[in-house]
Amino acid sequence: MMIDYILAAIVAVLLIAGALFALSAAIGLVRLPDLYTRMHAASKVGTVGSGLLLLAAGLYSQELAVLARAIAGFVFLLLTAPVSAHLLARAAHLCGYALGAVSVRDDMRKR
Amino acid sequence: MITPAAIVAAASSAALVILGLALILTVWRVVAGPTLPDRILALDMLTGISIGLIAVIAVKTGFSLYIDIAISLGLVGFLATVAFARFVLSRGNFKSPAPPAKAGAKRRHAGGKK
Repeated sequence: MMIDYILAAIVAVLLIAGALFALSAAIGLVRLPDLYTRMHAASKVGTVGSGLLLLAAGLYSQELAVLARAIAGFVFLLLTAPVSAHLLARAAHLCGYALGAVSVRDDMRKR
Repeated sequence: MITPAAIVAAASSAALVILGLALILTVWRVVAGPTLPDRILALDMLTGISIGLIAVIAVKTGFSLYIDIAISLGLVGFLATVAFARFVLSRGNFKSPAPPAKAGAKRRHAGGKK
């Protein structure tokens, strides 16, 4: 009886926290000045947001198979988000998309 | 007496509202993004938010099968982003806006041209 309330509280906290992480990632995507800083917001915070929501769905089902699938999805997101963000940043930088005016140095610039 | 199901239902409704707001902000970046990589990044973020949305709907309806859909959407989103990055690389950059401060200086210099 008590364990149900604890589980519900954990799931509720995970749901709200994941949604707030996703919202802060979206705010960062809108507010930050250039592509590379936006990428920082979208790839890290967005991954944590959807991962927490997946974890909440896995915990709420109370089945080990579903929880394992949710954790596998979270790990998959953690593995692929940096790769795709790095590929996109590298492609954009190689094609000469400029850094924002607030950037102070660019270590990848050709000398 | 509040039941555990009521707590989770309220939390998932609130999460749906917050995720909807995040979705609207991200769509604004897709529409307004000044360059192509900005739009690609926002589309990537859009798939991430919809993965979260699907997970919330899995909690709300009780169908745990939705988690598999979320995982496959993550796979498709990753492949789409990789393909878009290759596309950016192969297309090159023929409409790069200069950083705002320098662009303003340039515009002042080339004032007679425009």
